[in-house]
Order: sequence, then structure tokens, then C-alpha cells
Amino acid sequence: MITIKNLVKTYGTGAKAMTALKGINLEIAKGEIFGIIGHSGAGKSTLIRCINMLEQPTSGEILIGKTVMTRLGKNQLQQQRRRIGMIFQHFNLLSSATVYENIAFPLRLVRTPKAEVDRKVNEMLELVGLTEHAKKHPAQLSGGQKQRVGIARALATDPDVLLCDEATSALDPQTTDSILRLLLDINRKLGLTIVLITHEMHVIQSICDKVAVIQGGVIVEEGPVIDVFLKPKQPVTRDFINRESENAEALDEAIRATNAASSRTVKVTFIGELTYQSILSQTVKETGVDFAILQGTISRIKETPYGQLVVRFEGDSADIRRTLERLTQQRLEVEELEA
Amino acid sequence: MNRELDFSQVNWAEFGKATNATLQMLGYSSLFTLILGLPIGIILFLTARSSSVGARSVYAVLAFVVNLLRSVPFIILIIALLPFTKFIVDTQIGVRGMIPPLVIGAAPFFARLVETSLREVDRGVIEAAQAMGASTRQIVFRVILPESLPGLIAGFTITIITLISYTAMSGLVGGGGLGYLAVSYGYNRYETSVMLVALVIIVIMVQIIQMVGDRLVKHFTRK
Repeated sequence: MITIKNLVKTYGTGAKAMTALKGINLEIAKGEIFGIIGHSGAGKSTLIRCINMLEQPTSGEILIGKTVMTRLGKNQLQQQRRRIGMIFQHFNLLSSATVYENIAFPLRLVRTPKAEVDRKVNEMLELVGLTEHAKKHPAQLSGGQKQRVGIARALATDPDVLLCDEATSALDPQTTDSILRLLLDINRKLGLTIVLITHEMHVIQSICDKVAVIQGGVIVEEGPVIDVFLKPKQPVTRDFINRESENAEALDEAIRATNAASSRTVKVTFIGELTYQSILSQTVKETGVDFAILQGTISRIKETPYGQLVVRFEGDSADIRRTLERLTQQRLEVEELEA
Repeated sequence: MNRELDFSQVNWAEFGKATNATLQMLGYSSLFTLILGLPIGIILFLTARSSSVGARSVYAVLAFVVNLLRSVPFIILIIALLPFTKFIVDTQIGVRGMIPPLVIGAAPFFARLVETSLREVDRGVIEAAQAMGASTRQIVFRVILPESLPGLIAGFTITIITLISYTAMSGLVGGGGLGYLAVSYGYNRYETSVMLVALVIIVIMVQIIQMVGDRLVKHFTRK
């Protein structure tokens, strides 16, 4: 659906030049929710704004479907943009217009007949649950409601792609979750491709299928969320995950404090239906070792349940080895941790 | 000058005519100032932030002319424009003769106020409209003007009040109206009472216009 090839964006020229994006390559499939995570200044905002050409790339190519966005003339670009919805951190609604008029705005740009505008706006109001607020102005709404208007406005023209520029960063945790649920719902109902940027792992974990980690204008890690989340390779990725789930320092201390000659500390990862099975207890019953759980998470990534436990096994070293083999055989991932 | 105020010498019928003349000058000059100043303000706004060299040179020229006209004292502007006024309205005095200099004097002022109001519009909202595929024309008429309406009304109110003081000044050089009465009776013939009455009428006009302007601003403010 979206292909980004060798995208480079440089601001300014000469000695003052600053390269925000240094050769980005991404492939985003139709119907996917694709998350791009990075710290502020990593280039994620520039990247998403290049997709609909709000920022003019310095070099490289962006394709949406078969349309090469980077080669469009002014009028063609305006037409293409109508097929790409966008929502923003600060909502960017017309303060002088009502909720209804805000949602009608993109339809009126293309002179949609009045009856059709009315039908579509009401459909969108229902989709985002704001039917009774149609006549209010944005200043009378809460942040979450404003973002719902933003979503309704972005979807009114039936776009193929929705770009979310830090769409939940200005919202409190509960509101963030309700907006994320709405986005997931829309993605399922309409088969819409969603590209979002964020600095919160929580957002990625809740709704994304795939994730790309951006740092210093380069994609440093990319893949299905479950892989990147459970087996992060880059320090920056671990950083994002640790802040969300576990406290790395506390773990280190726990391992150090309990380390003994006759024990081994491992990280065991369960993915999918394995998460809720009694594999660990069955295995130790067979091999006769004892274990202690030093740290652990059992949660879900989008729909997939997963568990990640840091476990110290105690007992005969041959028995422990057998235990670890058994666990691996049962498709659990076992990674030995150093004290 | 130490005479007591004697309102018996005030010719009220003449005041009626003069007030009428002032209102006419004010009405026409406000209208043409709006027609001329608003587009200039929009062009200033659009060309100032453009990345194209052509647009920025339009801005440079326009901004220079606007600054030039704004730096000429109004009384000198009237005199300097006499041939132009004669050409446009075929007279140099009276209500008609004053309208061209009033408009030329006030339009650049209003254009700057328009430009400033438009700059206040949230860049994010303009960007959202761009992302929805709006053309520049649609952005101006459907986003920037509606969003800045309270600021535009406030600016226009200030402009009308400035025009009131300009019409009064024009009394010195052959313009009709309250300014002329105040100057010719009040100043030249020491009839302080006439000057006072003219002044009171002008103050009332200013108050009413400011009040109406403020009400409208409040009505259209949604923030």
C-alpha cells in the first residue's frame, strides 16, 4: 500500500543544513496498523508528514498504491491528499465551525451535494459516537471528543490511508485507550491502512501489527510488534520497552542477590496460547528442580497473549539443563541471563 | 476665549447637515477601505510566508508601498493626492473630494491589521486543510478568513475610528462635515460652543462604533 524508498529530508543548506531523515525504506501493507516509534527529534514527525507531502522530501520516493506521491503536480497532489486522512496531536479543528461543519469540511471542498454531505456527516458522527454534539463548537468539547471529531473529519472522504501524527500524545491515559480502541475498530470495519507515530510503547503494543523504531533519522529496528517487543535488538528499543514494562535495574539486583553456584537464571518467553498453559510446573515436576520467579509480565500485545518470566532454577546442574531443554522443546523461548 | 459658553449661536440645522456629511464620508470611505484593504492584507499574508522568490518580491514591493503611505501624515496626503482626487471623482472638496484620500490613507493601515489578524490563525489548522487537499483559495476563504473573523472585525472597528479622526482633519482643507464646522466656527471664529458640540457628536460616534465592534467580536469568538 505504502512504499518508501531511500527517503532523505534535509532542512536548510550549506553549513546550517540538518538532515532529519537519512535514507528511510519502509513497506506498509494494506489494512495494516503500522507504528513508528522514536524519541522527539528522531525524525518520526518529518517522516509521517512526507507521506502526504506536507514536507517536501529532498530525495527518494513515496508510493501510495501505484501513485508516486513525490512526482505529482499541485492539482494532482490535492486530489491524492483527499484519499489520505490525517489526524493530529493538537486536533487542528476549525474553532469557528461546529462539529458538524468540521466533519463536512473535506466533503464541501469537493462540492459534494448537500444531501450526500448530510448523510456522510451523520454516519461519521455515529461512528465516533458524537451524534448529540453535532452543533457544538470545538471549544466546548473535551480533548478526547476533539480527537473523535478529527477522526470523523479524516474518514469522511473514505480514504485508503489514515496518518496519525502523535494523535494520543495530548490525551490522558483513559482517553488514549478509548481513542486507540476506536482506531482499531475502524481498521477492522473499514480495512483502513493506519500509519501512526508515537513515543509511547503502550500505543504500539495496544493496536499495531508492525513497528519501526526510528533514531537519528534512521530506522534501526523493524518487524512484527510481538518480535520487536519480546526480542528487542537495539538499546533504544529496549529503552522504550523497559520504561513500559519492567524495571531493568531492579531485575539486575534481584539476580545478583540470589545468584548461587547451583542455580541458573533464565528469561522464559511464552507466546500465544502457550501463555495460559501449565508448562512450567509440569516440567519441574518431571525434572525435580525448584524455581523462583524473580520478575514477570503476563499481558497481551494487540490480540496475542504473551508471558515473559525471569526464573531462577535451583538443583542439580544436569537436571537444570534437562529442564531448559524440555522448555525449549515445548516451543518456549529460553534465554540465559548473566548475573 | 474667556467668554461664557453660549449655545444659542449654535445652528442646529447646520449641525444636522454636517453630521450627515461626516456619516456619508465615513460610510463610503469605510466601504472602499474594506474593499481595497482586505485583499491587500490577504496578499501580504500569503506572499510573506511563501517559499517562491516571485511571491516574496511581490511582498517586498507591496510592503514598501504600504509603509510609505502609512508614514505620510494624513493632512499632507490629502494635499499630495489633489490631482489624483480630481481625476477620480472630478472634485477636490466636499464629501466626494475627501473619499479618495481617506481610502488611500486608511486602506494600508487596515491591510496591515488584516495581515496581523491572519497571522494569528493556528498554523496547524491551515496544515490540516492542506492535508485534506484544500487549494490556496479554499484555505483563504474557508479556513483563514472564518478563523480570523473576530480579529478582522476588531481591526475594521479601529480603522473606522481612525477614519473618523481623518474626516475631522479633512475639515482643514475643504472637506465638509463636523470637522469643517469645528474648524471654521470653533477655531477661526472663537465659537467654542460650536467646537464643543462637534466634539461631543464625534465622541458619541466613536463610542457607538467601538461598542458595536466589541459586541460583534464577542459574538464571533468561539475560543
